[in-house]
Amino acid sequence: MSDISDRVKKIVIEHLGVEDAKVTEEASFIDDLGADSLDTVELVMAFEEEFGIEIPDDAAEKIQTVKDAISYIQENAS
Amino acid sequence: MKRVVVTGLGMVSPLANGVGATWERLIAGQTGIGPITRCDVSDMSARVAGEVPRGDGSDHTFNADLVMPPKEQRRVDDFILFALAAADEALKDADWIEPGEEACLRTGVMIGAGIGGLRAIQDSAITLHEKGPRRVSPHFIPSALINLASGQVQIRYGFKGPNHAAVTACSTGAHALGDAARMIMLGDADVMVAGGAEGAICRLGIAGFAQAKALSTRYNDTPEKASRPYDSGRDGFVMGEGAGIAVLESLEHAQARGAKIYAELVGYGMSGDAYHVTAPEPTGDGGYRSMQAALRSSGLTVEDIDYVNAHGTSTPLGDEIELGAVKRLFGDAVDRLCMSSTKSAIGHLLGAAGAVESIFCIKAIENGIVPPTLNLDNPSEQCQGVDLVPHKAKEKTVNAALTNSFGFGGTNASLIFKRFEG
Repeated sequence: MSDISDRVKKIVIEHLGVEDAKVTEEASFIDDLGADSLDTVELVMAFEEEFGIEIPDDAAEKIQTVKDAISYIQENAS
Repeated sequence: MKRVVVTGLGMVSPLANGVGATWERLIAGQTGIGPITRCDVSDMSARVAGEVPRGDGSDHTFNADLVMPPKEQRRVDDFILFALAAADEALKDADWIEPGEEACLRTGVMIGAGIGGLRAIQDSAITLHEKGPRRVSPHFIPSALINLASGQVQIRYGFKGPNHAAVTACSTGAHALGDAARMIMLGDADVMVAGGAEGAICRLGIAGFAQAKALSTRYNDTPEKASRPYDSGRDGFVMGEGAGIAVLESLEHAQARGAKIYAELVGYGMSGDAYHVTAPEPTGDGGYRSMQAALRSSGLTVEDIDYVNAHGTSTPLGDEIELGAVKRLFGDAVDRLCMSSTKSAIGHLLGAAGAVESIFCIKAIENGIVPPTLNLDNPSEQCQGVDLVPHKAKEKTVNAALTNSFGFGGTNASLIFKRFEG
């Protein structure tokens, strides 16, 4: 499971260009990591590619923190 | 109506990043045209272009990372990066960075493009086709929209006046400057950051213009010779890329803050051909009326115009038609005129052309030197009788200069800049 966490954090760091230390599980993409609404769409796309899943729009809207992403992927990745 | 002056200049061109270096190289007779390296064109008929020299920023190369952090660059296509770089240069030149909240409300931006983010459109269409709609980037649309050059400049500098963009193919840059000047004249803004940007050197852009039979194809092995306006060996235009931005300002505003004044924008004329989507109207009447309207609005006569920076794209038909219109308008005054096409050195910057070439007119006024028409070895029969400044720049006092831009759709624009004399 830590593997999923590390991979999610790596994607967030790469896409948002933020420092590693800022990407805690509690961090909100928009409020804490400087993402805008377009960035969050892009992040979801990156998660989908990395984990080979499809995240429906209604689920994607609920993914607002690093932890939200990790939890969703843990539950839905094969 | 208010008088409008130019108080700042910025440019990214195939010759260099920056107005000063571009001008020096232009006057030295250097070329910015070479083989296309930005995309694979091995299967194309046209394989030369005026690409902006990329590098680490030294020797006047363009370094996108100095304009925007690498991670952010996926939000913008090249034309926006060029616009941001040229706008920054122009605003620093005009000393109009962070002018204050009230001043920002009275500062607008009007940067056009002929095509906008064509590479982003191309790449996103491929992604859509190959991977489906859920793989199209959310940044695609705002990276490609033409008015996002203006939008990005406004966001970066906090300007909250008019946020507009001209889109008139190859007349865009001239229309943007002319329309922005009108906004100042009518009191919509005190300052306008205006000009054009283009970055359409991609497979879709080259293929599209090549299929319209607009591009030079005979000089793929000698790119520096490909753009040769008025020469009997010319066979089409050479695509260029870059941006030209000027800070325009009402005279009273510029004087009140003690700004350096490069020139006054005294004339703006527009016309339409109502003839054909790509072909120039054979009599040149559209260009004639555009120049005539610019002269009328300037209050000058043809005897006052010392230099014409021609549209002169190096196409077989267009060059002669424009030259014919100039001869018709100028009459005997054509004898004292210098007219050159700087597209011979940088190619055709499409939506940026009119702005970049306006800046060349302003530099000619400032420096008393007119840039050359490169590769003009043997003027074709219809291209005689006017000093086209072949090969070498020429010293000449320029008090007033006119620039022409003609675009697909039969859209014509002419601007006249004059030495500022109080």
